[in-house]
Amino acid sequence: MNSEQSEERDGRPLGRRVFLGTLGLGALGVVTAPVLQRGLEGFLGAVAGQDPTGLTGLLPNGGGFRYYSVAASVPHKNAANYQLKIDGLVDHPRTYTLADLRALPQTRLVKDVQCVTGWRVPGTPFEGVRLSHLLDAAGVGATAKAIRFTCFDGTYSESLTLDQARRPDVLVALRMQNKDIGHDHGGPVRLYVAPMYFYKSAKWLSGITVTDRVEPGYWEHLGYDVDAWVGRSNGRTDEPTN
Amino acid sequence: MSLRTDTPAPPGARIHRFSRAERWVHRTTAVLMGVCVLTAAVLYIPQLAIMVGRRELVVRVHECAGLALPAPVLLGLASRAFRADLRFLNRFGPHDRTWLRAALVRDKRRSSRPAGKFNAGQKVYAAWIAGATLVMLGTGLMMWFTHLTPLMWRTSATFVHDWLALTIGVVLAGHIGMALGDPEARRGLRTGMVSREWAKREHPLWRP
Repeated sequence: MNSEQSEERDGRPLGRRVFLGTLGLGALGVVTAPVLQRGLEGFLGAVAGQDPTGLTGLLPNGGGFRYYSVAASVPHKNAANYQLKIDGLVDHPRTYTLADLRALPQTRLVKDVQCVTGWRVPGTPFEGVRLSHLLDAAGVGATAKAIRFTCFDGTYSESLTLDQARRPDVLVALRMQNKDIGHDHGGPVRLYVAPMYFYKSAKWLSGITVTDRVEPGYWEHLGYDVDAWVGRSNGRTDEPTN
Repeated sequence: MSLRTDTPAPPGARIHRFSRAERWVHRTTAVLMGVCVLTAAVLYIPQLAIMVGRRELVVRVHECAGLALPAPVLLGLASRAFRADLRFLNRFGPHDRTWLRAALVRDKRRSSRPAGKFNAGQKVYAAWIAGATLVMLGTGLMMWFTHLTPLMWRTSATFVHDWLALTIGVVLAGHIGMALGDPEARRGLRTGMVSREWAKREHPLWRP
């Protein structure tokens, strides 16, 4: 009888315990995630503010935006070929160019951005044209109830009720973080719905259609709430993004 | 008792450490894990995400590789040699306690690192990475099949998946780093054979 065989017979089955313990910790992590996540976000948010290397940005919830695109590839649009079409139940359908939008009165908002997957970017400036301004200019019909937004990635869509769309904190945004919105962040023009989870703020906005009922958008077909108020939807309790 | 243990091999001889099945289990697991890590990096690191785009395709590759990750080990259970090694990995003897204690205080003397076919560090790693892989699979499935669980769970699963991914990345780097530092251990997994001197030095309690 050699020692390896005696090891097998007499040794304690600790490997199995480590294995099951890891599984248990994983399950515990899922259960306690909301609490852990809030604590970590607070801590990492504070650290990221004084981190010259930017490495904390790579940690989960370490601050900063994450790039999500549901399309395989998204065409690039610029001042030469960008168009925003407003149609549906309006008296004056029209198509705006980037120059047209830039010529309209601009509104600047500085609020937090909250993603439904947990990350939050504090104090992010957005500038653009109030959606209500574009709707008023188009003349919304009497039977209108909602807006459907479409995007030039060819896939994404979003929706708002007419009342939500007329809020003063809903913009057709041209600038973000004090610069023109780049392609990766949904430029040249994206929607910005300040009080809602960020999936409502559709990137690469190309169409605004006034409808007589809410047509759920891309993520809403996949189970997300249509009325996506931060902290009051999607089963989450985040602080509002004021 | 096999004949091999009773007949001392000539010095410099090579001894059998891993069967063909075991080597293939390791190889395919490594490739699948590598695909998971690379696609995860593309999904996770903004610069790479922007460079590659095609989020749906990358997600699909990541999902398939992740789903297949436990398969080589499960198929390996058909091999008697693999099952025997799993038993060795599971059982911790008194010498493993000595090994772990020495590792904690960075005591590198041979005499304080007794080990059977696998040392205590390898045993802990094997058990942990197996558990961690299944946690990643579970949380990954919750993120994948969005209608199976409420959104709240999905957010929690994302949180665990993200942080555990980072931890696995670090541990995996350690695993690969140690392999890079030990060519004979790598040869063992490549050819199945190791030198007797290496076995005596690194795994003095192993009786092949």
